[in-house]
Amino acid sequence: MNAFHGSRMSTPETPHPLDEAAVQRCVDDALAAFDAAADLDQLKTARLSHTGDKAPIVLANRQIKDLSKEEKAAAGKLLGRARGRIQQALAARTEVLEAEHAGRMLVEETVDVTAAPRRRRTGARHPLSVLQERVSDIFTAMGWEIAEGPEVESEWFNFDALNIAPDHPSRELQDTFFVEPVDSHLVLRTHTSPVQVRSLLERRLPVYVLCPGRTFRTDELDATHTPVFHQFEGLAVDEGLTMADLRGTLEHFARRMLGDDAAIRLRPAYFPFTEPSAELDVWHPHAAGGPQWIEWGGCGMVHPNVLRAAGVDPETHTGFAFGMGVERTLMFRNGVSDMHDMIEGDVRFSQHFGMEV
Amino acid sequence: MRIPLSWIREYTSFDADGTAEDLMARLVRVGLEEEDVHRPSDEIAGPVVVGEVLEKTPEPQSNGKTINWCRVRVVPEGQTQTLTHEGIEPDGVQGVVCGAHNFEVGDKVVVTLPGAVLPGDFRISARKTYGHVSAGMIASTKELGLGEDHDGILVLSTLGLDPEVGADALALLGLADEAAEINVTPDRGYAFSMRGVAREYGHATGTEVVDPAAQVVVPEATAPGREVRLEDEAPIYGTAGCDRFVARTVTGVDVDAPTPPWMASRLRLAGMRPISLPVDISNYVMWELGQPLHFYDAEQLRGPIRVRRAAAGETLTTLDDKSRTLDVEDLVIADDRGAIGLAGVMGGGETEVGETTTTVLIEAAHFDPITVGRTRRRHKLPSEASKRNERGVDPLMPDIAAQRAVELLVELASGTDSGEITAVGDPALPQAISLDPALAQRLTGVEYTDEQVVETLRAIGATVAGPDAEDRLEVTPPSWRPDLTIAEDLVEEVARLIGYDRIPARLPQAPAGRGLTADQRRRRQVLDGLAAAGLTETLSYPFLSEEANTLFGRAEESERPWPMVRLVNPIAAQHPTLRTTLLPGVLDTLRRNVSRGFSDLALYEAGAVVLPGDQLGSAEIPDLGAHPGEGVLADLLAGIPDQPWHVAAALCGAEPAAEVGASGRRRDWADAIEVARFVAERVGVELEVVQGAHQAFHPGRTAELRLPAADGDSAGTRVGVAGELHPTVVEAWDLPERTAAVELDLSAVLAAASEQVTAAELSTFPQTTQDVSLIVDAEVTAGELRATLAEGAGALLEAVELFDVYAGEGIEDGKKSLAFALRFRAPDRTLTADEASEARGHAVALAERRHGATQR
Repeated sequence: MNAFHGSRMSTPETPHPLDEAAVQRCVDDALAAFDAAADLDQLKTARLSHTGDKAPIVLANRQIKDLSKEEKAAAGKLLGRARGRIQQALAARTEVLEAEHAGRMLVEETVDVTAAPRRRRTGARHPLSVLQERVSDIFTAMGWEIAEGPEVESEWFNFDALNIAPDHPSRELQDTFFVEPVDSHLVLRTHTSPVQVRSLLERRLPVYVLCPGRTFRTDELDATHTPVFHQFEGLAVDEGLTMADLRGTLEHFARRMLGDDAAIRLRPAYFPFTEPSAELDVWHPHAAGGPQWIEWGGCGMVHPNVLRAAGVDPETHTGFAFGMGVERTLMFRNGVSDMHDMIEGDVRFSQHFGMEV
Repeated sequence: MRIPLSWIREYTSFDADGTAEDLMARLVRVGLEEEDVHRPSDEIAGPVVVGEVLEKTPEPQSNGKTINWCRVRVVPEGQTQTLTHEGIEPDGVQGVVCGAHNFEVGDKVVVTLPGAVLPGDFRISARKTYGHVSAGMIASTKELGLGEDHDGILVLSTLGLDPEVGADALALLGLADEAAEINVTPDRGYAFSMRGVAREYGHATGTEVVDPAAQVVVPEATAPGREVRLEDEAPIYGTAGCDRFVARTVTGVDVDAPTPPWMASRLRLAGMRPISLPVDISNYVMWELGQPLHFYDAEQLRGPIRVRRAAAGETLTTLDDKSRTLDVEDLVIADDRGAIGLAGVMGGGETEVGETTTTVLIEAAHFDPITVGRTRRRHKLPSEASKRNERGVDPLMPDIAAQRAVELLVELASGTDSGEITAVGDPALPQAISLDPALAQRLTGVEYTDEQVVETLRAIGATVAGPDAEDRLEVTPPSWRPDLTIAEDLVEEVARLIGYDRIPARLPQAPAGRGLTADQRRRRQVLDGLAAAGLTETLSYPFLSEEANTLFGRAEESERPWPMVRLVNPIAAQHPTLRTTLLPGVLDTLRRNVSRGFSDLALYEAGAVVLPGDQLGSAEIPDLGAHPGEGVLADLLAGIPDQPWHVAAALCGAEPAAEVGASGRRRDWADAIEVARFVAERVGVELEVVQGAHQAFHPGRTAELRLPAADGDSAGTRVGVAGELHPTVVEAWDLPERTAAVELDLSAVLAAASEQVTAAELSTFPQTTQDVSLIVDAEVTAGELRATLAEGAGALLEAVELFDVYAGEGIEDGKKSLAFALRFRAPDRTLTADEASEARGHAVALAERRHGATQR
């Protein structure tokens, strides 16, 4: 009987466990089937038919038990080697196809990254707030502290303590918001300067403070005025301070705010709470309209009456003070042309600045 | 203060070809800030010349008008034209069509020749009109930009002018001149005069200047003048309302005499409209010397002049035709009939110089600045006179200015000096100041020599004596510097004149600081955090209506009015109070953004609110220049309302969508509560969220936010509200549906933050999780139940989290089911399932006892 020559293409016959050629054909068949498998699914089918329970080589293996002792050894060796070759080929083909599959998956999972949705939009600080913080940081870096005071303020702190006499024009109804009743002597602070006196009263000398905050004047809102605005006020009182210290401080500050090529200029001026007094101009090298001098604020040596009001002896201590507008600074530094943008709360204005200024 | 250049050149060496900009560049050095330039030649350009009318032929037109065909000579007879422009005739005679009739053959007029440009960019050229070629124009006052009112064309003889034909009319009329405008600080009243500016020009340039006051010689009186009595019985701060009053009388004044063009031109450049010769002279002298004058029609005066405070109820009709009821503090000039002028502010109508006046009484007086200032404010009467009187006029100037006015009335208005002079009062002059010259260096950091100090002070007109044995100088400021009262004022003069640019720069070394305070740092954490979490910071005005303040500021309805601070003079009458809450502002801002097309918004604002307490302000305000004493200071501070910082947010629309094409989650009440929790967590504070009530909020969707109580039993402090706004508020405020909002007392939250955080022990033993599902009455809140479970579960509980809320089928009506995950962990061992179950059992038992909960 030539059992080795059946119709193996359709129903593979079980080879005789000692028929080397038939076993070899089983191996060849299995390897060919693995190679022919184009993906992991086909490989699985091939694996089942060549290594599964009904696979010829497996069935052949089962016949070994019916053989003689000598034949058993020979058949075991032959079939063991054949099955090893099949498993090896299967593992190799699996690895290839798995790698192909993984590669294909990654390609298929490609997305358009530019179509990523904005799931969490960052909000924004108001640039006037950020600018005040920026200014504060410049001064805390020099060892100064940040002082704050109330917006509804006693007339004494807002005026008298600052050497602004009761009949001074700046007290007029047209500038100052007064609180009812008038004899409460409360006003909305017209400047951050009252914090000067408060700081001197509250702190031990020497005092180096910066006072940012909101201030009020009865101006109608237009492109360059607003009844509610912000200032920052600097005050230093120590032994031996002069206008040279004032100039040095302002120069340093101007450079931190506007760049190392910024410069400052002092012009004689008048303020009731400083003597001598000066207007501060800053050379803005990167101004929108080209480099130019810009009026920035007022400054001077603290008037002896202000020191006395705060219980400081002008014979032993001198001080300097300066004040600038935050809105004005934002306007010329960051190119804001209309005051309305700063106060209307349009989200686009804040969002354009984001967390920076 | 405007400074016509031709005028300043009279007293200084300012260059003939210098511009207004050149002048301002020099003056700014000494602190006179540049303000503006007034230059007629920017608007008008020649050739504009003097012409003589040779022929004037009226030609009636078909439209009913009659025009004049004129031939005008524009070069001197016998000469030929040197100007060349298309339309300018070489023979010097121009043909011009003129519609006006107020001139005759032989009159000298102003001819604008082809090529000239008049104000309004009106370009003159030869053109055909009414059958002639009109090569130029005979100009009117208005066309030349000299004034609004005109009766046809300008005939030069009416100005008293008879110039040569062909002369440059622009120079003749002062139109080639220009003015610099400077800003004068309130301490330097003397700079409101050409005299003062000239002096400052000398300081700025180190050149010699002429004092116009020194050119005036005041004669001896030849006859007694009108009686003047200084009768101030109620001086303010002990300063008499008037300490010098000079009266002079000029007779035979021709009030119709023309104001000479040079004077009119200077006044116009100075910003004052020429009115009539007497008025122009008084203004001119004021500009020149800084001394305001008043001219009376002497024949209208009755009896002696009295300078006194107004009587109660006294009235006066001022020059502006307004009848004013006077205040007893007003200083008036009076005669027998009563008040005839508000001293130093404005004269009265009855005694003013008019068309029939022939005898003028000149008043030149020195008034108390505070008296003038109060009257000006009281009657809202700002004037050039009050501006100067309030800032302090040279008390020695009345005598000189009066004489100068007399001279001009004699010279220009054919008047005669009566020789009568009244001069009463002893004006107060500046007091001597003791100055240690070293103070200049002590304040400025510049090493001045003593000589420099002395020389500079002399340059400003001060008298300097000394030094005495203690090296101190005695400095008496000049009469025109009432602002110099203390040594520091003198130091500023030294620094100013020698130059602020001499001050060196030195960076002072502050003592090592603490940086930001904890509150300041935490406030930034909160505000930066909110922005990073997707909210946008906005700012709003703190002015609110009383209704908005009450609606949002007060937590619940109450009989008592909600206390708020009210302004005497609000910007808008409908917003007279200061905010006690930030919500109206942030909601207004939300609405504005919605109206600009944004529908998904999350806004926040932080700032102070004003919460008045029992004491509002202080009755007494201490004097300036001295420490008020601890008691007075404490009273001042006690009167200042509490002004804590709040933070508020308003939310509407949707969160950003998770996927393209998907719609985002709608923001709701929970987002508002989340903002509150977020704010607190940014500074390490845990808020208690309890069911709350607030009139502006949805009654069922409002959380009250509390700080945890110090002891476990009592309720924590209320620090805010969060939730969905009440539908009626949403509608009344025109807000998007279901707008959510939150407001927190930020100061209180920051104050609750720990100074320092102590580390927690982290157990690395495994956790055990057990779920519990409880059925409770619908009123029981998740927050309450969570707290109970946490309490009941005891120390082994690490976390408890709500993961399901259910009501409906399978649950009895009026009940609901809440499911929590309890996470247990022990610090020192692996928990057994029994231990966790036991703890869970305790938690459930407590919930049963406290809330009647049953396990589902």
